[in-house]
Amino acid sequence: MSTRERTLWIVVGILIVVYALFPVAWIVSLSFKSSADISNAQFLPTEFSSENYAVILTGDASSLFLPALVNSFGICLIATAISCLLSMFCAYAIARIDFPGKRVILSTALAVAIFPTISIVTPLFNLWRQIGLYDTWPGLIIPYLSLTLPISIWTLSAFFREIPWEMEQAAQVDGATPWQAFRKVIVPLAAPGVFTTAIIAFFLAWNDFIYGISLTSTEAARPVPAALGLFSGASQFESPNGPIAAAAVIVTIPVVILVLIFQRRIVAGLTNGAVKG
Amino acid sequence: MSQTITRTEGATPETPVPPKGLSDRARSERRLGWLLAGPAFGLMVLITGYPIVQAVFDSLWDYRLTDPSSSSFVFLGNYAVILSDPIWWTAFAVTVGITIVTVAVELVLGFALALVMIKALRAIRPVLRAAILIPYAIITVVSAFAWQFAFSLDSGFVNTWFSWIPGVTADTDWFDGTLSPLFVVCLAEIWKTTPFISLLLLAGLAQVPEVLQEAAKVDGASWWQRMSRVTIPNMKAAIMVALLFRTLDAFRVFDSIFVMTAGANNTESLAFLAYRQTISRVEIGLGSAVSVLLALSVLLICLLFVKGFRVDLSQARGE
Repeated sequence: MSTRERTLWIVVGILIVVYALFPVAWIVSLSFKSSADISNAQFLPTEFSSENYAVILTGDASSLFLPALVNSFGICLIATAISCLLSMFCAYAIARIDFPGKRVILSTALAVAIFPTISIVTPLFNLWRQIGLYDTWPGLIIPYLSLTLPISIWTLSAFFREIPWEMEQAAQVDGATPWQAFRKVIVPLAAPGVFTTAIIAFFLAWNDFIYGISLTSTEAARPVPAALGLFSGASQFESPNGPIAAAAVIVTIPVVILVLIFQRRIVAGLTNGAVKG
Repeated sequence: MSQTITRTEGATPETPVPPKGLSDRARSERRLGWLLAGPAFGLMVLITGYPIVQAVFDSLWDYRLTDPSSSSFVFLGNYAVILSDPIWWTAFAVTVGITIVTVAVELVLGFALALVMIKALRAIRPVLRAAILIPYAIITVVSAFAWQFAFSLDSGFVNTWFSWIPGVTADTDWFDGTLSPLFVVCLAEIWKTTPFISLLLLAGLAQVPEVLQEAAKVDGASWWQRMSRVTIPNMKAAIMVALLFRTLDAFRVFDSIFVMTAGANNTESLAFLAYRQTISRVEIGLGSAVSVLLALSVLLICLLFVKGFRVDLSQARGE
């Protein structure tokens, strides 16, 4: 490859990195602007200030932001754990066991995944109010399963199809029961796939806004995206833009770290389920 | 005669299922299959199935949450009200517009990204992959705020940077009017979801046999000919699946609209209209009817793709 071609590739690469990081860099830059600096009509702050972080972590907005952070982590982790556990068994059955209804299960997962969330939220809003699940953790965990279960079943089924299942048969020949073969041989082999699925499912739940804004009303269960959406409505501070930017940076950091560490796996998981690899 | 027999044998599946009277092993396998898959399947059906049925039922009533005693059965009355209201058709036009613009741009941009990724130097490939995943992983609400703040009058820099464009001055308000806020909404959506579409296209691109490319090259085909005659036809399935997923996703646009405009100045999308009717105005009957109509539209798009463009969804199921 010629030097010119190499330079061209590097330029294209830099362009793509700039494309991906530009809005992130902007929100980070904005989060370090002081309130006098917010409207300076420039990309960068004139001088770095941490006052926005102070507002959301210890100041006025902390009572809105910190509980939301705890809610989001708790609710998303529980929803992810439940859907990973259930879809592990489900995907194993789909990849491994000969039974009628596989197509039905996979088609249903697809249908649920493409169904508009807002159409589900309307009746739930009504029902949750009647049975007391409105504004509670379970009241969000249950609908989050409708986001995380379909993608988990898909991705895991795709991962499980790639597993060398001869090892399971070998274990069974050696006298293991199907259950032992599953637990002792397959689970360790399947762990990376399960982990990837968990990350993708977590992203989906973490990203939710409609359920969060519709099914909660206080900091008892309100997740971060919904809290961010309400920041602008609150008039407790002059311009909410700086604190929102700081909160956005805080919730974005863990996700970016996960992506950087597990990028190869996430790409495999995202595409395996959707296009036969 | 012997040929026929051989052919029949060849067509027999590896594990023949006896038509009548399952063997004990087959029966216990079926039971185990449903035992393992049942809970996930059942829960999924329950969580979505119940609300769908309830929404269809609610949509037939004139029912306001704050005034439950005066609810009355109006059959298709709510649908008649909605479909004859310009608010619905404005939201419909906004949604269709956003869908067409974003999906078209994303397809081109995503394809270009996928081509770069597959051709890129081995050394920079992981960097590109990580970079491209970042928009995907960022919360939609956060991305919406980032774009809104960049354009807004009180904190933005866009007017300063792009003041050389005719019509853009220091006090151009991008969130005044209908089209300019929707332009910013589209930008945010495109930035956030192009990576997803490009990853799906990349997977499809990787499936196109290298031999075909080489053969076309040897026969003297130009880059454009190779692209349009060899690569794109061979990854048609992947393109259609990516297109279908993104179209359905774009049609449900809500978060960006909520954050950036809150539906002001006729910028409401269908999902936002349903939200406003149900959650803000607690018009459960009307809101449910909007939700049902939105779900039907999504179903229609899906049918159009599957029947009209012959998208093979078994591809999407990873079979």
